[in-house]
Amino acid sequence: MTTIEERLQPESFDDNDQKPVGYGRMLRKEDPRFIRGRGRYCDDIQLTGMLHLAILRSPVAHARIVSIDTSAAQAHPKVLAVVTGADLAEKGLAWMPTLSNDVQAVLATDKVRFQGQEVAFVVAEDRYAARDGVELIDVEYDILDPVIDVRRALEPDAPLIRDDLEGKTDNHCFDWETGDEEATARVFETADVVVTEDIVYPRVHPAPMETCGCVADYDKVDGQLTLWSTTQAPHAHRTVYALVSGLPEHKIRIIAPDIGGGFGNKVPIYPGYVCSIVASLVTGKPVKWMEDRTENLISTGFARDYVMRGEIAATKDGKILGIRTHVLADHGAFNGTAAPIKYPAGFFGVFTGSYDIEAAHCKMTAVYTNKAPGGVAYACSFRITEAVYLVERLVDCLAYDLEVDPAELRLQNLLRPEQFPYTSKTGWVYDSGDYEPALRKSMAMIGYDDLRREQAEKRERGELMGIGVAFFTEAVGAGPRKDMDILGLGMADGCELRIHPTGKAVVRLSCMSQGQGHETTYAQIVAEEIGIPPSDIQVVNGDTDQTPFGLGTYGSRSTPVSGAAAALVSRKVRDKAQIIASGMLEVSVADLEWDKGSFHVKGDPSASVTIQDIAMRAHGAGDLPEGIEGGLEAQICYNPSNLTYPFGAYICVVDIDPGTAQVKVRRFVAVDDCGTRINEMIIEGQVHGGLTDGVGMALMEIIAFDDDGNCLSGSLMDYLIPTALETPTWETGSTVTPSPHHPIGAKGVGESATVGSPPAIVNAVVDALKPYGIRHADMPLTPSRVWDAMQGHPTPPI
Amino acid sequence: MRVTLTVNGVERTADVEPRTLLVHHLREVLGLTGTNVGCDTTSCGACTVHLDGQSVKSCTVLAVQAEGCEITTIEGMATDGQLHPMQVAFMENHGLQCGYCTPGMVMASTALVAEAEAEGRTLDEAAVREGLEGNLCRCTGYQNIVASVLACARGDVGNATEVQVRREEVPA
Repeated sequence: MTTIEERLQPESFDDNDQKPVGYGRMLRKEDPRFIRGRGRYCDDIQLTGMLHLAILRSPVAHARIVSIDTSAAQAHPKVLAVVTGADLAEKGLAWMPTLSNDVQAVLATDKVRFQGQEVAFVVAEDRYAARDGVELIDVEYDILDPVIDVRRALEPDAPLIRDDLEGKTDNHCFDWETGDEEATARVFETADVVVTEDIVYPRVHPAPMETCGCVADYDKVDGQLTLWSTTQAPHAHRTVYALVSGLPEHKIRIIAPDIGGGFGNKVPIYPGYVCSIVASLVTGKPVKWMEDRTENLISTGFARDYVMRGEIAATKDGKILGIRTHVLADHGAFNGTAAPIKYPAGFFGVFTGSYDIEAAHCKMTAVYTNKAPGGVAYACSFRITEAVYLVERLVDCLAYDLEVDPAELRLQNLLRPEQFPYTSKTGWVYDSGDYEPALRKSMAMIGYDDLRREQAEKRERGELMGIGVAFFTEAVGAGPRKDMDILGLGMADGCELRIHPTGKAVVRLSCMSQGQGHETTYAQIVAEEIGIPPSDIQVVNGDTDQTPFGLGTYGSRSTPVSGAAAALVSRKVRDKAQIIASGMLEVSVADLEWDKGSFHVKGDPSASVTIQDIAMRAHGAGDLPEGIEGGLEAQICYNPSNLTYPFGAYICVVDIDPGTAQVKVRRFVAVDDCGTRINEMIIEGQVHGGLTDGVGMALMEIIAFDDDGNCLSGSLMDYLIPTALETPTWETGSTVTPSPHHPIGAKGVGESATVGSPPAIVNAVVDALKPYGIRHADMPLTPSRVWDAMQGHPTPPI
Repeated sequence: MRVTLTVNGVERTADVEPRTLLVHHLREVLGLTGTNVGCDTTSCGACTVHLDGQSVKSCTVLAVQAEGCEITTIEGMATDGQLHPMQVAFMENHGLQCGYCTPGMVMASTALVAEAEAEGRTLDEAAVREGLEGNLCRCTGYQNIVASVLACARGDVGNATEVQVRREEVPA
């Protein structure tokens, strides 16, 4: 048996059709190390003299800090430092900026504002001693009433959470609005049918298998800080650390090693990172911080938590005319939402979905509560999960009231291909789409009509079977720098490509994989463009000293932005290669033809030079054409002109046990269209993972709180994520509608399935419960909650 | 306390505190960082290793409890430079993404297949899903993991082509 490594080695390809360039199923280059336990994740890093840091967290949601006694912890023989908020305040480091231009306490100084908030940290010789030290700190709290219910946060007598903000007298965070209120009101006044529904997208958590952590290593002699960190955006983090710490940016090196899943959880800067940097500055030694699962769930970036009143207007014949919504957004104690600055509600504006409507309007109020900060995470594409869930539930509510088939209602209202590029009523310019074939395909794959017949028969027998349809349009690839920045950093991405003398290549990315397979797919993109086998192309990401600046991987933006950069930098190198080839073949540049990996003289294929020949000449001793420097490399920074708008048609079949109210997902068909497909195998894996998120959110997951603000979901015993048993066998399909503005026609796809699957599953459950006269039930649809719905009183999740 | 374990066929002796978890002993004292930690409630299985042939979660075993035991970690799965067929199956079937659950998943899977073989049972999809219930994965949605285990169980390993090039045209 040949080993995988042998088969990943470059081969000779005499037959042009067998060239290993281009898009297709290629086994992953990163697998050989992961499969052996040779990945290098943050907690695998061991440095000489390394110390361990542990954080003391608030046991209560809202309280004044009366006193902190650290003497017993200081006296522990293995403890080297104990640091409180007061200590950080002396250095001006007690507070840090968030990605939404709010501030967040690194360590609490005045009071604690959520359970799990950072209060003090201990640095010790090993991780066990650091935890011992934390146990020895004594904090006296003066307990305050907490604000937990987002609906009551703005009541006049609600306790004030953010008294740190000057002049702040209430828990109001921000207001936001989009669409045309008057035009929408007119549409609603004249519509035959108006359906209103209160729809909650509960708070959930990305819960990557690897928690957040870092190793900070400050070298006092060089004044150099190296930070290994679980970050999806290493360059942006470097800039923020420079601004916060006062260290010069060229003396800060962020290294994102292998990351054990991100899912948006690893975009923000967490207090633990800042504490570790401070600890290394103070002790002069490397300091490691790795949070445990409970800390991850109760203190790092949550997702969703939108309370939405949705309205949809239509004619009695089912033509959708307008959509209107009022949203109450729970942002926790600090506004840590990771979104482009001009988009405090992310891209929620795409809530008009995939439909050709006349008017739309959204009004949003965001509030502070005594909970952990976050909001944008868990494959949400900046709040598109919420937008798609809202519109896809509303369309089903409309179908329910009109007593029409939900798939037919969608087919009737979908945007048509000739309408693209389509400007939505909230101003989003959808790049391309051919929606109906995708929905028809998913209906054919699952056998939609047969299923409806089966359902009718089962209803006769009192069996509960539901069919849920969801059609979504995503908006990914943030984004055009004129509109989109994070803390002033434009959302463009760099890429650098170097071809070595022997024709091997290294491509350096500004984005950062957390399992999405970038080491493989970027090699494929470059291979396709420059004709070098993917196995001869090394992909480098994550190290800010080694890679060009860019904003990182989240919002499915890697392929749209960095993927475009990789294609374009390859073409830039190819242009130079063509000039060098013209000198080698002694013809003009215009007389050369590119043939994936070589240039030949037009009309004379025998007169050719390969990219490898050219690379050697570029670095060699011979003459190069006039004005051409040696070497074969280029760098670019790609500023996308628009987002990409992948779409998909999902259909889910569930069976519900009428005796226990347990929901079983029997089948799920997902047809995704993300334009040009770079690696079919990897896309399928992305879709499988995202659909499984959907099962989790729709049926199992919730970050819940009691009235005192205790987080009830602080472990994997309480925060349930799907195992192999709850997860069905996925059936995937695709159509291909390329993005017209993207260099290779590719759109992002990583988050599509997480966005599109929850409404399909919920629609299926509600459809199954139709005999009970239920039009809506909120997630998570656990047996007890489905049971409540079957008794005629569906419970709100919060 | 002094503890002696046979890890991946090599006897390793070290001083440990009685409270030291086996997973930390493997990772931090013996330097075998393939075994991962994903939770604090014995739920995720990222720390799964073989202890005297049984698949166990090493976050829920004290190092001193393993005194005298034979332990196999992911680093010990390849022999004589050849990967274990389960490792190859995971690569060929795209049974991993971020790779963090993978070591534990491979250990649990090999124990599952070995147990079925010993009992003369043929594994089907349902049995694999049930057998891996103790191992959480956030990336793959399990489907390709199940496919990997089934492929390995039926000996369908080592046949994947490296690249299957799609010949569709790409827009300029």
